[in-house]
Amino acid sequence: MSSKMVGSNNLAHARRMVQQLRVEASIERIKVSKASADLMRYCGENAKYDPLLMGIPASENPFKDKKPCTIL
Amino acid sequence: MGEMEQMKKEAEALKTQIEAARKAVHDTDMASAASGVAPAPRVQLKTRKNLKGHLAKIYAMHWSTDNRLMVSASQDGKLLIWDSHTGNKVNAVPLKSSWVMTCAYAPSGNLVASGGLDNMCTVYNLKTPVIKTVKELDAHTGYLSCARFLSDTEILTASGDTTCALWDLETGKQKTVFLNHVGDCMCLSLSPDMNSFVSGACDSLAKLWDIRDGQCKQTFQGHTSDINAISFLPSGNAFITGSDDCTCKMYDLRADQEVIGYQDAALNSGVTSLALSMSARLIFAGYDDFNCNIWDSLKGEKVGVLSGHDNRVSCTGVPPDGMCVCTGSWDSFLKIWN
Repeated sequence: MSSKMVGSNNLAHARRMVQQLRVEASIERIKVSKASADLMRYCGENAKYDPLLMGIPASENPFKDKKPCTIL
Repeated sequence: MGEMEQMKKEAEALKTQIEAARKAVHDTDMASAASGVAPAPRVQLKTRKNLKGHLAKIYAMHWSTDNRLMVSASQDGKLLIWDSHTGNKVNAVPLKSSWVMTCAYAPSGNLVASGGLDNMCTVYNLKTPVIKTVKELDAHTGYLSCARFLSDTEILTASGDTTCALWDLETGKQKTVFLNHVGDCMCLSLSPDMNSFVSGACDSLAKLWDIRDGQCKQTFQGHTSDINAISFLPSGNAFITGSDDCTCKMYDLRADQEVIGYQDAALNSGVTSLALSMSARLIFAGYDDFNCNIWDSLKGEKVGVLSGHDNRVSCTGVPPDGMCVCTGSWDSFLKIWN
């Protein structure tokens, strides 16, 4: 590979990197306080549907092994 | 000034601009914002099932959308399909290459996929009378670290060759190649709306990609080592990463930055895997130290631990209905907890 080719590869790479940075620089950002508030609201609204957070009654737990009952 | 010099200067200026823009919106962090939120309860889960069947290290597992079946992959050269309610094995898929690193269940339940050091993603049909290989997706030049089905006709892969790819399962060809990481891609997670995905790599960066136009839209820094695990929050605006730097982080897409970190001075093992509870309040993170730690996603505090494996926890998964968490380990067992 001639040094000229290596040079143009580096240039092509640099152009791509700049193009990528332009894309990333151009986005609109929101405040972390707003992002946090939205997530807190999402967690709050969905907490009551979260079995691992709320706990699962034994009778509704499909993974709990059902033990036979003996009536004495 | 030569063009190369100009490019370098512009790159530096853009990086400075991005950092300044991030700083400008950094008016707080998640933990401070959530200081008024009631703490998550101490989470004490019990092992409900101990799934024995693999004969070597388990590397990956994935739940079916039916909340009951799951697929696991082991370097014993097999995929096992389990009925998690009974603990029974429903199917065994022998692999051509035992060096498997990932497995995936299609949302339809019809297909599963596996891949690893063979650099290929192999797709199997579970619904034919005998399980058949339907496609061998062969174009990556590095190991397959992660695969996720979008549907029965499209699958996303992440590879040690530093690329991710979207494949057409009818033709077996790559539709789109996602190029930008400079280190092995280790993990990927689809957004809930399926229009984008995030990837984590050994370059310690996470990237957001548009599935249709193939472009990297955002890059997230902060980790200081390989990102091994990544998961979108169900809200679609944020994702969690787990890394060899022993921490997990939450990144928000719209703030374009890390909003909270999950770490503990006493923890000096890498994070291998992670999964979220249904409300996203709890993070289940598997570590090299044989444990799975449970984090409060809003407050950044550890609220529980799943101990019981005799070796590294390599994979973690919560089914869509959130009814349990499954951990898989190098000790060859899978455990179901709730």
